[in-house]
Amino acid sequence: MKKLTPYLLVSPYVLHFAVFVAFPVVFSIVLTFHRWNIISPMEYIGLSNYERLLHDRLFWQALWNTIRFLLVHIPLQIVVALGLAELLNRTVRGAAFFRASFFLPVIVSGVVVTILWQQLLGFNAGLINRLLTDLHLPRVAWLDDPAIAMYSIAMMATWKNVGLYVILFLVGLQSVPEQYYEAADLEGATTWQKFRYITLPIINPTLFTVVVLSTISGFSLFIEPYIMTEGGPLNSTLSAVMYIYKQAFQYYHMGYSATLGFCFALIILFVVIIQRKYVEQV
Amino acid sequence: MKYVLLALAALTFVYPFVWMLSASLSAESGLGDLTLLPEQFTWDNYITVFTKIPLGRAFLNSAFVAIVTTGLVLVTGAMVGYALARHEFVGRNWIFYAIIFTMTLPFQITLIPNYITMVRLGWIDTYLALIIPFSLSSLAVLLFRQAFQSLPQALIDAARIDGAGELRIIFQILVPNVLPTVLTITILTFMGLWNEALWPLIVIRDESTMTMPQLVTLFSVGGRAEGQLGVKIAAAVLLAVPVVILYLFFQKHFIRSMASSGLKD
Repeated sequence: MKKLTPYLLVSPYVLHFAVFVAFPVVFSIVLTFHRWNIISPMEYIGLSNYERLLHDRLFWQALWNTIRFLLVHIPLQIVVALGLAELLNRTVRGAAFFRASFFLPVIVSGVVVTILWQQLLGFNAGLINRLLTDLHLPRVAWLDDPAIAMYSIAMMATWKNVGLYVILFLVGLQSVPEQYYEAADLEGATTWQKFRYITLPIINPTLFTVVVLSTISGFSLFIEPYIMTEGGPLNSTLSAVMYIYKQAFQYYHMGYSATLGFCFALIILFVVIIQRKYVEQV
Repeated sequence: MKYVLLALAALTFVYPFVWMLSASLSAESGLGDLTLLPEQFTWDNYITVFTKIPLGRAFLNSAFVAIVTTGLVLVTGAMVGYALARHEFVGRNWIFYAIIFTMTLPFQITLIPNYITMVRLGWIDTYLALIIPFSLSSLAVLLFRQAFQSLPQALIDAARIDGAGELRIIFQILVPNVLPTVLTITILTFMGLWNEALWPLIVIRDESTMTMPQLVTLFSVGGRAEGQLGVKIAAAVLLAVPVVILYLFFQKHFIRSMASSGLKD
């Protein structure tokens, strides 16, 4: 009995892992070799799904959209978060209030943030354009121009998540001993040198976390474009998850949808491995 | 200078929410202004939301699902975390690898098979589909394991001498000693579940079982708001309110739990 105890205790985990992790991974790979509309029997079609994916303009579009999103989102996230963390770092009065306000969008549902920003980014009545008009600047078609829409969403995602990264960076910055800076000041180091040779090496792990989390959340992007633009204009905001969702639940192409999911997952893992190598070198 | 920048930043994060609250209480004609006081104050937007969609029901569904699932995550997390922290057994390392594997696995790969599992089990349009897949969290297991490892063995030995069973040791002796961990897991799990929109969109089609973010999403893209911005915004406010109230209560813990886990979603 005594020997059995730990196994009984971990049994919920084993069961859950088998049903919701191990089985889906295996089944997902099996599915990629089949055509299946969930009602009729599965039909083995070899590598056809992969072949189709290579020639699928929308797959490449979704991938390209994600890359464009990340290229704006990650640098913006890092610069803003690091900037705000730096401002908050050396004991500011009211720091708790500022921290709390930056954090507010983090806890609110993406659905709420998206509905809110839809109003802010509207072309005619949107508040941001109204502000631009007041300043005698031209209005911007934030969500209606295929060249811009994805970047507008990247901007919104930064606004939503940056508070979390401010906190993470703040934890990192506070672990830098004050003496290091004092010593550097004596040596006559510039602000940039201090940042490059003291701050950066210490916050490097945090930087890695931020890059990885932003990458994963970029590949998971769904609800924001789904509500805001429904993937438009001209599929310029069609995200990976949105395309997986469409293939599965609008066209019932389960096999092909699983293939998309599998390939996007491989791309994410690949990108994260590359990032780890690169960031550790900094 | 520092304060000017900080104040500007704080304004950027808080102002839109205040504007949203004000817009939800304005008549349609007063929308689109930058002012913070509602123009032509009215409850109409809220009344419209409740007459058009079963938001009250969705609120109860969301609350039920989030509370029950969080409870399950705490119970299973404590059990598994305890076994990993305090028992030697064959296969313990394998479970540890499984946890790491689960946490690095992109959800895109399991999405479609998990949907098919729900169909096969006949759980589509039931609470089971919303609760069971989320009833165990690898992060919760890891956090509990860590917390239990730091407790003294004497605590467990004393309980054993008194004849306490393993479950009593876990839930009556150990769990009360790691309340900060319990709070962290509760906050992260509850918030994640409350805000989850994709999974409900996939497994629930029956309006009476829908969760709040799902219903508000469908309302917002489905055209039932009929272009009335104020109504859409009112729905968003109602979705935000519960978690914002919790946030105001547990602000410090929210921030600490996010920072310590380094994880979101």
